[in-house]
Amino acid sequence: MRWLFVKDLQILKRSPLLVGLLVVYPIALALMIGFALSSPPGKPTVAILNEVPPGQGTLSFGDQRISISQYAKQLFDSIKPLKVNSRDEAISKVRSGAAAAALIVPSDIPAQIESLVTQGVGNPTVELILNSKDPLERQFAEQTINARVNEVEQAVSKQVLRVAISDLQQVLNGGKLQFLGQSVPLLGLRNSREIIQGTIASLPPDSPLRPALKQVANFANVAIQGLGFASPVLGSIGKPLTVETTQLAGKTTPTDTYAAAIAVIVSLMFVALLLASALLAMERSENAYSRLIRGLVSPSGLLSEKVGLSAVCAGVLTLAMAMLVSLFVHLEWARFPLWVLALAFAGLAFGALGVAIGGIAREVSTASLMAFLLSLPIAFLALVPANAVSGGLKSVLDAISFFFPFKAALQAVNNAFSGTSPEIWGPLLHLAVLALAFAALARLALRRFA
Amino acid sequence: MSTSTDTGHHGATLAVREVTKRFGSRTAVAPISFALEPGQLVGIIGPNGAGKTTLLSILAGVTPATAGEVLKPVGKIGWVPQQPALYSKLSVAENLRLFARMEKLDDPEKAVGRMLGQTDLEDRADDEVGRLSGGNQQRVNIAIGLLCAPAVLLLDEPSASLDPRQRERLWEFIGGLAGGGTTVVFSTHNVAEAERYADRLLVLVDGDLLFTGTPAELEQTVGGGSRDFEAAFVRFLHERGH
Repeated sequence: MRWLFVKDLQILKRSPLLVGLLVVYPIALALMIGFALSSPPGKPTVAILNEVPPGQGTLSFGDQRISISQYAKQLFDSIKPLKVNSRDEAISKVRSGAAAAALIVPSDIPAQIESLVTQGVGNPTVELILNSKDPLERQFAEQTINARVNEVEQAVSKQVLRVAISDLQQVLNGGKLQFLGQSVPLLGLRNSREIIQGTIASLPPDSPLRPALKQVANFANVAIQGLGFASPVLGSIGKPLTVETTQLAGKTTPTDTYAAAIAVIVSLMFVALLLASALLAMERSENAYSRLIRGLVSPSGLLSEKVGLSAVCAGVLTLAMAMLVSLFVHLEWARFPLWVLALAFAGLAFGALGVAIGGIAREVSTASLMAFLLSLPIAFLALVPANAVSGGLKSVLDAISFFFPFKAALQAVNNAFSGTSPEIWGPLLHLAVLALAFAALARLALRRFA
Repeated sequence: MSTSTDTGHHGATLAVREVTKRFGSRTAVAPISFALEPGQLVGIIGPNGAGKTTLLSILAGVTPATAGEVLKPVGKIGWVPQQPALYSKLSVAENLRLFARMEKLDDPEKAVGRMLGQTDLEDRADDEVGRLSGGNQQRVNIAIGLLCAPAVLLLDEPSASLDPRQRERLWEFIGGLAGGGTTVVFSTHNVAEAERYADRLLVLVDGDLLFTGTPAELEQTVGGGSRDFEAAFVRFLHERGH
């Protein structure tokens, strides 16, 4: 057993690439996870148009007051606010990508909330304008803003509840009620009961009851009014604010379509990478490489064959997969030629990355392991919404995503499936450049392949 | 390094001029020159690390020389590497057919049949190569090297994995090729085998070509009196400081 252990260590020692990979991989993953967890979450840039005049951002419910500006500050703490002066400017910021979303607060929002709470009439509405480019980014911005709006709603509800409870206490115990600008004395149920009981006990059978009965009648009248007032108040507690969401021109990728695109690209990545890397490494493992390059085929020709074969296999497989998925998820069949184009370019780029891995690894098992280990982080990093991480980490993620085909492939396939932005041509060009770069790297690796 | 189809030597099928190979600071093959005649059976012998495989790889065009010139024959060069260069998941016939097509032979099927006959593997034609014995794999390996009917056949330690009976048949087969005009160059560790079958020897030591001539000439060089050819060869190396 001991000697087997020593032997295995010796073999590992003589496989520096494999060992390096096994050591570097968990460290890199741990660093990424640690960095992501220790970094504060990123803040989406949101264009804010606040049309409420200065000094009018306070709501009053009885003797309770809510300062809207206090909650606006909380909102600003969780986003990067970009103040704008008009709705057009807000839309322009979102459309250009300078802001992930825009929030428009109309000037009458305090009055609308007060009206809803006190009279049960009104529809206080804020407008949220979203960019439809990236479904994950859009979801992140929407969730952040909705969370803050919910806080405002909860605060209003809480204060309204206090008002309602106070009113009910007055109905029970008596006091003074401010109603339509008048101070109305409120006897309270308990007092009324005592009065009636006292009156009944003390009066002779033929005593005039008129004054006491009049008090009881007045109380009943006011109590009915009070309870009538409490009803709309309590009704408005749950959802005093309406968020009206507007998607900018251009299609929005439905989340399920985006998920389908992710599934297709992940499958394509695994098939193309594993196939290309293993097929190339196999030529060396079978000792056939030296025989092949003696004029039967050039090294570049050999690479082209491996890239082409893996791209065709991965492309055909994932095209069939997309067709199957379209039975359950809406994919635009009218754009079918673009499906083929996007999958072909993605297959070529991943195939080229695969032969680069195969050329560097030189052994089938190492090549397959490298391809597999490389695939998962590339995919995960490319799927992190840009606004979900802090600036420094975002730059690192952007750089990694730029140098690997996953993100560009996802954008191309997403556009092909649903017609959403960005346009397909930019990602296709990106994939073509990556394919050439990885093929050149593989060609260099073949110098030490024989 | 350059290659040419004109050997520049009258009657030579393959010639080498000042060919050198360096790996970093290490010289694997020092500048060497020689020319081979049609139908010659040439053995390259030398200790381990002498540069035998490197020289054959340069002649085969697998490894580029650092300097010098290889003057190639008008016909093709067949290459049989030491480790069988075959696809283990393909059958014997499929391997032969693949390389026959890649060699762009006029009639690949005919060439496959011919090679199966020559290597006596007709009954194993449909067997996966990975299931064959080492000896049979080597026969397929050689058959692929012969598919293009080469003017020069290069074999790197062809008999290393064969039993004595297979070895005997191999040399019989190679002798027949040389008799038919094919120049055969082989490397071997088996000095006795080189003496028995080679018309001419190239003795390589640490990348230097120390001797070229017949086995008898090598024995004469050390003055005779050796127990056998292997003893004469060892004496030759000692006399030259190896």
